[in-house]
Amino acid sequence: MAISDVKEYAHLTEEEVDQLGRELDAIRAEIEESRGESDAAYINRMIRVQRALAAAGRVTLLVGTQFKETRKPAWVLGAGLLGLHKILENMEIGHNVMHGQWDWMNDPEIHSSNWEWDTAQPAEQWKHSHNYIHHQFTNVLGYDNDIGYGILRMAREQKWSPYNLGQPIYNSLLATLFEWGVALHDLDIERIRKGEKDPKEMKRQLKQIFRKGRNQVLKDYVVYPPLAGKQWKSVLTANVAANITRNLWSYMIIFCGHFPDGAVHFTEEEIEDETRAEWYLRQILGSANFEGGRMLHVLSGSLGFQIEHHIFPDLPSNRYPEISEKVQALAAKYDIPYTTGPLYRQYGQALRTILKLSLPNSWTSSDQPEPPTPPHDRKRRGDDERPSRRTELGGWSRSHSEARG
Amino acid sequence: MTSTIPWERVRRSASKLTTPLHPDDYLRLVNPLWSARELRGRVETVIPETEDAATLVIKPGWGWRYNHKPGQYVGIGIQVNGKFQWRSYSVSSPPERRRGTITITVRAMPEGKLSSHLVKGLEPGTIVRLALPEGDFVLPDPPPRRILFLVGGSGVTPVMAMLRTLDRRSQENGRAMPDVVMHYSSPTEDRMIFREELDRLEQKHDGLTIHRLHTDVDGMLDLAELDHVCPDWRERETYACGPGPMLDAITEHYEENDLEEHLHLERFSLELGGEGGEGGTITFQNSGKTIEADGATTVLEAGEEAGVGMPYGCRMGICHTCTLTLLSGKVRDLRNGDEYDSPNEPVQTCCTAAVGDCTLDI
Repeated sequence: MAISDVKEYAHLTEEEVDQLGRELDAIRAEIEESRGESDAAYINRMIRVQRALAAAGRVTLLVGTQFKETRKPAWVLGAGLLGLHKILENMEIGHNVMHGQWDWMNDPEIHSSNWEWDTAQPAEQWKHSHNYIHHQFTNVLGYDNDIGYGILRMAREQKWSPYNLGQPIYNSLLATLFEWGVALHDLDIERIRKGEKDPKEMKRQLKQIFRKGRNQVLKDYVVYPPLAGKQWKSVLTANVAANITRNLWSYMIIFCGHFPDGAVHFTEEEIEDETRAEWYLRQILGSANFEGGRMLHVLSGSLGFQIEHHIFPDLPSNRYPEISEKVQALAAKYDIPYTTGPLYRQYGQALRTILKLSLPNSWTSSDQPEPPTPPHDRKRRGDDERPSRRTELGGWSRSHSEARG
Repeated sequence: MTSTIPWERVRRSASKLTTPLHPDDYLRLVNPLWSARELRGRVETVIPETEDAATLVIKPGWGWRYNHKPGQYVGIGIQVNGKFQWRSYSVSSPPERRRGTITITVRAMPEGKLSSHLVKGLEPGTIVRLALPEGDFVLPDPPPRRILFLVGGSGVTPVMAMLRTLDRRSQENGRAMPDVVMHYSSPTEDRMIFREELDRLEQKHDGLTIHRLHTDVDGMLDLAELDHVCPDWRERETYACGPGPMLDAITEHYEENDLEEHLHLERFSLELGGEGGEGGTITFQNSGKTIEADGATTVLEAGEEAGVGMPYGCRMGICHTCTLTLLSGKVRDLRNGDEYDSPNEPVQTCCTAAVGDCTLDI
């Protein structure tokens, strides 16, 4: 079912694909042209709200737990506020700032080059594993490490092994500890297991993760609880609850991006000599949106517009709704599949795939239409084996020379 | 004062509570001036000076040291249409902490959207970004015994800071104003910034003599006239600030008289007089982009050409907003030919060009 030629799959001629590319370029130019005051106000407002939530959550927990009558409501309210702050910070703010969506403001305090987010993964490693690897090689088997994150088998082309029988368990662990799964993501566990990872680079990354993770753990579990004196336990458990809430929510949203039925995978033939227009088309075919109100979209970091985000990763997230209308019109015009649905259904399909693929292919049926493709070597590629990167993606900060000795 | 409290240590400990952010990232939401992470200031008042010039009184936030030298300029960043634009202006107030404010005087340029906005459209209360004071066009302390100021138009602003400093010192420690001659050209009397204050200063100090020239009526100063205006100009330290052609003429005149060592200039536009680099491939590491640039193209222009989101400011080597880390290779400063090639050296991208291949951290 993996696709080796997007044009053929979408039944479009080369000219049609090029035309689609030009129309998408025009949408991009229009948004870039019209970025202005109200966009800047949006991200600044988001940041103000998020920091106010953080402060309110901490104070509620430290003060509210001191009195017997307010202890329980304060725990619930405080954990909720903190969880909300972390969700906003990681998703609508951090993820999008690091994509360079707000670099145009020329504001040194809201810039992809120096943003650091409130989670265990160092920003620099995120920008490599996500902005570069995932956004350039979206859904290409062997190239995109986000297909199952090296933990889950998410495509029928990936070889089954008895290890996969445990997928339901790995999945719940990943959901609960998502922050830490993300933290280790750029290490590329699969390549380490196969002994393909440069040990020097691994050591450097581990050190970076350790430093960042230590500060995060110290803050939530060592520094804040004692400030509540005798009530340290309440604060500690509330902080754990806030982190887990954020983990479960971001896990679910992220699994709705490329795993629902309809978001397809590609083979490496597709990325050979891929044009920009074909890259656009691959992003549309490989991503899935979900529907919801404005609040849901903000709380999910605008990832309900996964398709729009993948074709324009560095345009401001508050503009995705209007971009989406135009992209849907184009999808209708060119008769390209545009995958979307309610959140529960999208996640439900992802979960079903996780469960189904824990078993060998012959025991289950595919949920995707299945055009025949020749068998392929699915081994994981390193940076030096991947084609050089596309320029429209967000930054990451590690030199090849440094990384590869 | 409050210097007994080790603020740096307090902030460092507090950052354990706010990691990965700084405490200032939260405090600035309470009061925009409570952050030392990026220098900021609040525009307190806008005082019209002439029809097209105004003085902005700015209250700087945390991290401002009030130690600028009279004559230096500051970078000021204003958000216009969501985007920060940077310019540099001379500080016209003398360096004094107790005032709690600094002033800059801006003339609206005919083509300058930003300067017009500063003069006419800035509301009191607006928060602006600031860059630390810089510049070598400064009055030494102690000042030279005999001084000549040659000023044209809004070039008066750094000189005003010098005069105000001399005036203040004479009040504070009874030191008399040194022997100062000022020649001030302006198109008309109305457009003469600070003219009333200059009148007052001239009356107050015996040592200060001011020649005013209205060039719309009387024509430009012919430097041959300098012997009449200020017969002992050869024995004075000269500070000149004004339009480029005026400064060029003055430089030439002083060189002819072998006096260039006594001439101090302030220019407000980037003169790419130095030789270009040799050019080469510039690699922008984080974004993975590369571009071939010739020796006359600045790193900033090359980066923008390549589609990198380069930070930029004044584009004339003043404000340092555009500074990036040079990871490897060599760049040359187009203003003076200085070369930078140490690994991890910060370089100003707006006035440097590649000398061979180089890599920048962005």
